[in-house]
Amino acid sequence: MNLHQIIVESINQAAANVFATMLGGDLGPGTDSVAVGAPESTDGVVSFIGIAGSWAGTGGLSLSSSMACAICSQMLMTESTAVNEEVLDAVAELTNMIIGGVKTDLESHVGPLGLSIPTVVFGRNFRTRSVGSTEWIVVRFPWNGEELVVKVSLVPNDKAYQHHHAAPQACAIEI
Amino acid sequence: MEFDVLVVDDSAAIRKILQRVLRQTGMTIRSIHEAGDGQQALAVMSANHVDLVLTDINMPNMDGLQLLASLKAAAEWRDIPVVMITTEGGETKVAEAVRLGAAGYVRKPFTADQIKEKLAGILELALPL
Repeated sequence: MNLHQIIVESINQAAANVFATMLGGDLGPGTDSVAVGAPESTDGVVSFIGIAGSWAGTGGLSLSSSMACAICSQMLMTESTAVNEEVLDAVAELTNMIIGGVKTDLESHVGPLGLSIPTVVFGRNFRTRSVGSTEWIVVRFPWNGEELVVKVSLVPNDKAYQHHHAAPQACAIEI
Repeated sequence: MEFDVLVVDDSAAIRKILQRVLRQTGMTIRSIHEAGDGQQALAVMSANHVDLVLTDINMPNMDGLQLLASLKAAAEWRDIPVVMITTEGGETKVAEAVRLGAAGYVRKPFTADQIKEKLAGILELALPL
C-alpha cells in the first residue's frame, strides 16, 4: 500500500470514527480524488490544520454552512441555525479529531508528526489556494444530502521547505 | 464525595461536551470549572478547590503537558488526578504524559462510556466514589 492509499484509508477511518462517536451517526465511505493546487471556489466553512515532522503539509475540511450548523447541533445537543462562534468551534474540533486521527495513523509510516491549532474560515464565494503545485488527496463524504470534503496534502519536509521558500517572483496587480 | 472538576481545552465545544459527559457519569459533581489553556487552568486552580483535572494536550500558551508538569511540581496539587483527553495518539506524547504523572489518557473522539470507565478506574484509586 502506498502513502496515497494509506492517507485515503486513514481519512475514511478517522472520519467514520469521529461521526460514530461524537455525532452518533454513520458516515458512508468517501470518494477519493487528487487535486493539484487548483483554486477552489467555496461557500461555507473551511478549516485547516498544519502538519509538521519528517513530512509536512496541511489537512482540512470543507462543508456548507447548513452542514456545519447540523453537525454542531448534533455534537453539542443544541439548536444551531446560523454559523456563530459555537459552530466554528465545533468545526475546528471536528477538524482536529479527523486530521488528528489521520496523523496518528501516518506516524507509524513516516515518524512523529505535530499538529497546529486549527484555523476556521467562514464566508461566501471565497477561494482557497495553496502555494506551489501542492497535490491534495481529497475524500468526499455524503452526509444527510450534503457533502463533507476532507483534504490532506503531505510531502517530505525538504520538499515542503522548497514549496514555501521559493524565490519571489514579480506579480502584476489586477485592478 | 462531591467533586470539583476542572476541564481544560481550547475548544469550547469539547468543554461543553465534557461537562455533559461528566454529569452523566454518576459522580456527584459539586462544580465544573473551565479553562481554555494551561495558564488559565493554573489561575483557576489557584482560586478554587479542584479534585480532578481533565485536560487536552495541544493548546495555545501553555499546553497540557506543561500544565501537568506544573501541577505535579506543586505540593498542594501533585496528588490531584490529571486525565489527558486529546487527539494526540502518538506514543511520544503518551509516554511523556505518563512520565509526568498523568492518571490516565483518553483519546478523542471519545464516547461517554469511555470517559466514565476511565474515571471510575482512576477515582477508585485516588478519590473513592
